Amino acid sequence: MVIDKIKKRENSDEDENIQRGDIPIGKWVKCDKCKEIIYKETLHQNYSVCPNCGNHFRLSSRRRVKQIIDEGTFCEFELKLPDSNPLKLDEYTKKLEVLREKTGIDEAVKCGTGKINGEDVVICVMDSNFFMGSMGKVVGEKITYSVEKAIELKLPLIIFCVSGGARMQEGMISLMQMAKTSAAISKLNDAGLLYISVLTDPTYGGVTASFAMLGDIILAEPNSMIGFAGPRVIKQTIGQDLPEGFQTAEFLQEQGFVDKVVHRSEMKDTLYQLLLLHK
Amino acid sequence: MKSNNLTAWDRVNLARDSSRPTALDYINNIFDFFIELHGDRCFKDDKSIVCGLASINGKNFTVVAEQKGRNTKENIERNFGMPNPEAYRKSLRFMKQAEKFKRPIITFIDTKGAYPGIGAEERGQGEAIAKNLMEMSSLKTPIIAIVIGEGSSGGALAIGVGDKILMLENSIYSVLSPEGYASILWKDSSKAKEAAEVMKLTADDLYSFGIIDEVLKEPKGGANANVKEMSNTIKQKILEYADELSKLDIDELLNKRYEKYRKM
Repeated sequence: MVIDKIKKRENSDEDENIQRGDIPIGKWVKCDKCKEIIYKETLHQNYSVCPNCGNHFRLSSRRRVKQIIDEGTFCEFELKLPDSNPLKLDEYTKKLEVLREKTGIDEAVKCGTGKINGEDVVICVMDSNFFMGSMGKVVGEKITYSVEKAIELKLPLIIFCVSGGARMQEGMISLMQMAKTSAAISKLNDAGLLYISVLTDPTYGGVTASFAMLGDIILAEPNSMIGFAGPRVIKQTIGQDLPEGFQTAEFLQEQGFVDKVVHRSEMKDTLYQLLLLHK
Repeated sequence: MKSNNLTAWDRVNLARDSSRPTALDYINNIFDFFIELHGDRCFKDDKSIVCGLASINGKNFTVVAEQKGRNTKENIERNFGMPNPEAYRKSLRFMKQAEKFKRPIITFIDTKGAYPGIGAEERGQGEAIAKNLMEMSSLKTPIIAIVIGEGSSGGALAIGVGDKILMLENSIYSVLSPEGYASILWKDSSKAKEAAEVMKLTADDLYSFGIIDEVLKEPKGGANANVKEMSNTIKQKILEYADELSKLDIDELLNKRYEKYRKM
């Protein structure tokens, strides 16, 4: 019966919009990669990694915080930032409202302080459920604020990246967030503080070309797609198919741009060990 | 600041016009002396960005310029002005040198964007751009960036973080091309003209946003109608702003630069 329900959902128009996220079909989800039907609870207990094929499902920022930060220690920065709509697009305002309603989060990044096995950090977690994690003024501001807060509190900074890039709806203002966040990271470096960037699926465009690639240490989740230009754009430009495994986390490690690909089940411990090595 | 009645799309076309002067046309007219220096000392010399040393009346500058070709042969050599990572790394090498020798940096922006190719990704296009943004934000020497034609996306910004951002009247500066914008937002790249109107990519628009510091008026008929006059306008502004910025002590210069982007 449950399977029937899933099949029905698959045939619906909505299916096109559902990507590799948590597919909210009752108590069951289907792995996008191996097509295995998995009991949701089992999946969540397994770090939202498919027990059958190891596929890392996309994580909401809420679930990510839960996996990385010690229970009860996450303290979100309370920033009441007004929406930015420099191009004055009505459809953009509407879409923000719809997304807030649907996701229960206010923007594409959650930022605050917390502990990892007792070690204090400033942490930012981007969320692909909100505008594919794209960076507009509010995201840029929250990241920059967090970097400055890390400097003020003399704490290490961890950013979990997931993003389609700059938020086109905000035009040039979104491009400028790349300069703003990168300038803040430069200050963090001057202060001698550790910044660990964790790249998750997908990380692209203006986020790759700013704070995502500026970590002292850059980790990535297995099989995440990471790049500057998207595969479709590259394919169009060069007019040929892309090589197997192109732009995966493993590819970036091979090319020398990612320090280490880390399985989600080992992420917290790896971060903890790295924090200890910088004490 | 509003100059005349051209639409945003008109300006997109002017900015892209093949008869529009390229960076080297201006460089040769503006500076008394210019010597191009090549290569990123790592991979190759990417000719989509020209770097070198230049002087005006005995004042020395480091020049970093995105260079489009003026014909097909040149365009192939210049990769149509679309830089690969090594172009940004070459730029950074010369900008770091400018810091060492306390020379102001002048950058000329004119690109459709960073090149989206397999090699570019293999060699870390994103990392190269990110590093330039971070380093430029704290280089201890004045930086003046001038958009002369098309400034598109991170590929433009990668040499565009500065103390003063100037735009020629008919140049454009945007988060991506109007075609790309129409294709992503409206799933129809043929609506580029409409996209150009909503994107706020003209010099006047960006001046009103406070993203750029000044719009440089073009001669009658546009920059291509009188390269000498346009070059002279740019030259005067370079001298004026370089003088203004060199009066600031380095901490003040860097604080102002940080605040400039901080409030965007």
